[in-house]
Amino acid sequence: MTLKSIYDVVVIGSGPGGLAAAITAKKNGAEDVLIIERDVELGGILLQCIHNGFGVEIFKQDLPGPSYAQRFINDALSLGVEVVTDTMVLDITPQRRIFATGKSSGVLDIQARAIVLAMGCREKTRAQVRLPGTRPAGVYTAGTAQRWVNVEGFMPGKKFTILGSGDIGMIMARRLTFEGAKVERVLEVMPFLTGLMRNYVQCLLDYDIQLQLSHTVNRIIGKDRVEAIESVQVDNKWNPIPGTEEIIPCDTLLLSVGLIPENELSKKAGVRIDPLTNGPFVDNHFETNVPGIFAAGNVVHVYDLVDWVTEAGFASGKSAAEFALREKAKEIRHIPLKAGENVRYIVPHTLDKESLAEGDIRLQMRVKVPVEDPVWVEARNGDKLISRKLERYVRPGEMVTFVLAQKTYDEVKNASAITMSVIKK
Amino acid sequence: MKNEYDVIVIGAGVVGCMVARWLARYQINILVIEKEADIGMGASSANSAIVHAGYDPVPGTLKAEMNVTANPMWDTLAGELNFGFDRRGDYVVAVNNGELLDLEKLLQQAQKNGVPGMHIITSAEMKHREPKINPDTTGALWAPTGGICDPFQVTIAAAENAIENGATFLLETAFQDFILDGKKIIGIKTNHGDFKSRWVVNAAGIHSDEVMHKAGVRPEFKIQARRGEYLILDRAELTINNVLFPVPSEKGKGILVTATLHGNTIVGPNANVLPDKEDRSVSRDGMDELQQGAARLVPSLNLRSTIALFSGMRAYGNAPSENPGVKYNSDFIIEIPKSVKGLVNLGGIESPGLTAAPAIAQRVVDLMKDAGEKFVDRKVWCPIRPARPHFREMNQEEQIKLVKKDPRYGRIICRCENVTEGEIIAEMHAPIPARTYDAIKRRTWLGTGRCLGGFDMPRVVDILAKEMKVSPLEITKKGGSSQFLTGITKIQEGN
Repeated sequence: MTLKSIYDVVVIGSGPGGLAAAITAKKNGAEDVLIIERDVELGGILLQCIHNGFGVEIFKQDLPGPSYAQRFINDALSLGVEVVTDTMVLDITPQRRIFATGKSSGVLDIQARAIVLAMGCREKTRAQVRLPGTRPAGVYTAGTAQRWVNVEGFMPGKKFTILGSGDIGMIMARRLTFEGAKVERVLEVMPFLTGLMRNYVQCLLDYDIQLQLSHTVNRIIGKDRVEAIESVQVDNKWNPIPGTEEIIPCDTLLLSVGLIPENELSKKAGVRIDPLTNGPFVDNHFETNVPGIFAAGNVVHVYDLVDWVTEAGFASGKSAAEFALREKAKEIRHIPLKAGENVRYIVPHTLDKESLAEGDIRLQMRVKVPVEDPVWVEARNGDKLISRKLERYVRPGEMVTFVLAQKTYDEVKNASAITMSVIKK
Repeated sequence: MKNEYDVIVIGAGVVGCMVARWLARYQINILVIEKEADIGMGASSANSAIVHAGYDPVPGTLKAEMNVTANPMWDTLAGELNFGFDRRGDYVVAVNNGELLDLEKLLQQAQKNGVPGMHIITSAEMKHREPKINPDTTGALWAPTGGICDPFQVTIAAAENAIENGATFLLETAFQDFILDGKKIIGIKTNHGDFKSRWVVNAAGIHSDEVMHKAGVRPEFKIQARRGEYLILDRAELTINNVLFPVPSEKGKGILVTATLHGNTIVGPNANVLPDKEDRSVSRDGMDELQQGAARLVPSLNLRSTIALFSGMRAYGNAPSENPGVKYNSDFIIEIPKSVKGLVNLGGIESPGLTAAPAIAQRVVDLMKDAGEKFVDRKVWCPIRPARPHFREMNQEEQIKLVKKDPRYGRIICRCENVTEGEIIAEMHAPIPARTYDAIKRRTWLGTGRCLGGFDMPRVVDILAKEMKVSPLEITKKGGSSQFLTGITKIQEGN
């Protein structure tokens, strides 16, 4: 497939937010819609969420993640949304130029009339919660472990401790138990559950997995591979309480300690980020402070239900399409003024054709070389002369002024460019 | 594999690799042995990455001499070996009037050591040069010859150039004992058998005391492992473009806040002696110490944007200075001992060891010459080690060209640092092949960004397994028994 160099709407990310945005963009009149996805398949993180719990709000059905995603993938493809996978966006400019790269797509340079940021979020790591101890194999974020188990078919350990009562951690506790692994404990530093109560009941209580509130990992033990962790109780300021340490033998520590909207690209595009949500400041159209750049889903703030991400995607896709159509209309109205024979430059650079209907427009230019004989200063649409004016001479040091008269509107309105030339009479 | 060499170097840290690179220009057979699964796994890859100007070591010590001799060698070295090096200068920042007096003393010491170009700048000038500096600063000592580098790149580049010129490297090969013929070393015993050699260079870093004791040399010399903890901050959150030291104390140069060549800011190290030489863990107290140290220089620094923690073990020795007029008790050892023949003995090489490495390598050659070794120049000696492409450092035109030539360079595996599949595979086929996740990480800087490998880890394990034609279950983080995965799921069993 060959990609175009200009798209109405480019969506970055094909998770639930991105898919929904692409679908509504297309439905709202955007002709050329492109999704850029860094993974080899569409669907985002839903592909590794093989548990149920998706679609209750939107479809009134309890679906596993991949099935939920597939409905939207089918819709997008049948509407003619273009997709490029295995491709990473490297940079976005405030002028909505996108640079990306992929093994089969090569280095891409695409101009978008509107962009929907749908990069989702990433997991907090060991360093962000500053866990002390050794640095062996066997310390993974819950999402990385989930990918290994559900997508690639590998077990990342046999005996687990999980830090954090976030949803992914609890869901993985159940999933790993299904696979015959032992989940020794779930530790939560807060005095309350941080994930959904339904996950606590269905994933921990039903499988007799112990949750310890106000506990954290005091240190990680093991040289090559995790051999144990030391847990500790914390006070209400999260300080470890001496004497409460306990060694929990295990070969793996999973971290489910929070999600952060992934906005490094947004920042490159000049998008302002709210330090509270870690996502862009948006208006009710999900437009950011940068005109034409919209954001949808977990890239804005971390949702607890995928259905809400989809809804946000729908809203932002519609707004993006409307913006793109307005841009396109402007592009048709605005035509370039091109420098022809013996013209160095012209100001203005472009012309809004509709303003010619309201009155004359003055153009100013400089010539490249002096001509000491009479010359025609001409405005042409291709070969066709629109109007011209006689000058006794032209010199680079003396600006040439040319008035495009209101009465030329009928000639100009069908032009895609106007070329100015200075020709010997 | 042959088992007879002219020179065996024990330890493939930056010093061992640099010695091998220096010796490889002569017609001799060189073997470098390393006990770990990769080179440079000790202090060489866990330090502040600074090429010191040389104002800090006590005048008259070997540390001072080697530092000041080596510093000007780095421009040529970086040019020949193609590693990242930036001579951007450094500052020692005073935050009260007492410390301002210390700067004067430090400047005098610099002049004694022969460090060029140093002078004290005013607090206003310091604030201008680094707007994020502690507003209480009273002035700073400016050292224009200080620099920063990527220390692992330095180590690997020296090793690759040595290999290019004929040296052999053996990994996971641990020194066990010397083979002696009377008072003469004729070889070594390792876990992979015996190797004969006319010379053995002890570059065993933190374990160099144990190695020299096996030859009966300096039984009183002891290395204590001094752990230095570090943390790296997200460059999207905060960037310091300067190298900022506090005023040094008896514990060392103190906790600095410095720029890295990768654009991140790094904070560290503290310095705590630990009983276990291999204990490279990070501690809660240590992180608190770093926080306080950093706040002294840059109060606005928020450690919530920490993206990585690590620690390194420095070889803190107890060798007195050989210089009779100098009272100093933890100097470098660079010698050919008289009590035994065939040993070049290096010990206590802690900071400024990275900086000093090229000068130490030259000194090793000189000492061997003095001891009667007749070096003959190699007929063809190539001083240049070519760099491999790094996608993220290229402009768009270069990127397009590279991806057209090899599409694997178009596929980003590490989203934060933009490291490509092509780079990973190139490192797997380099002169010292990367075989573990950490080996790939040290060479490409992959997995060091804000997601700390969460995205790339399954992908890199997959690439390593496919390229080596083994099961992903065999792929390790850092050799030994550090496998990432323990088995396959029930669904896969069913297939």
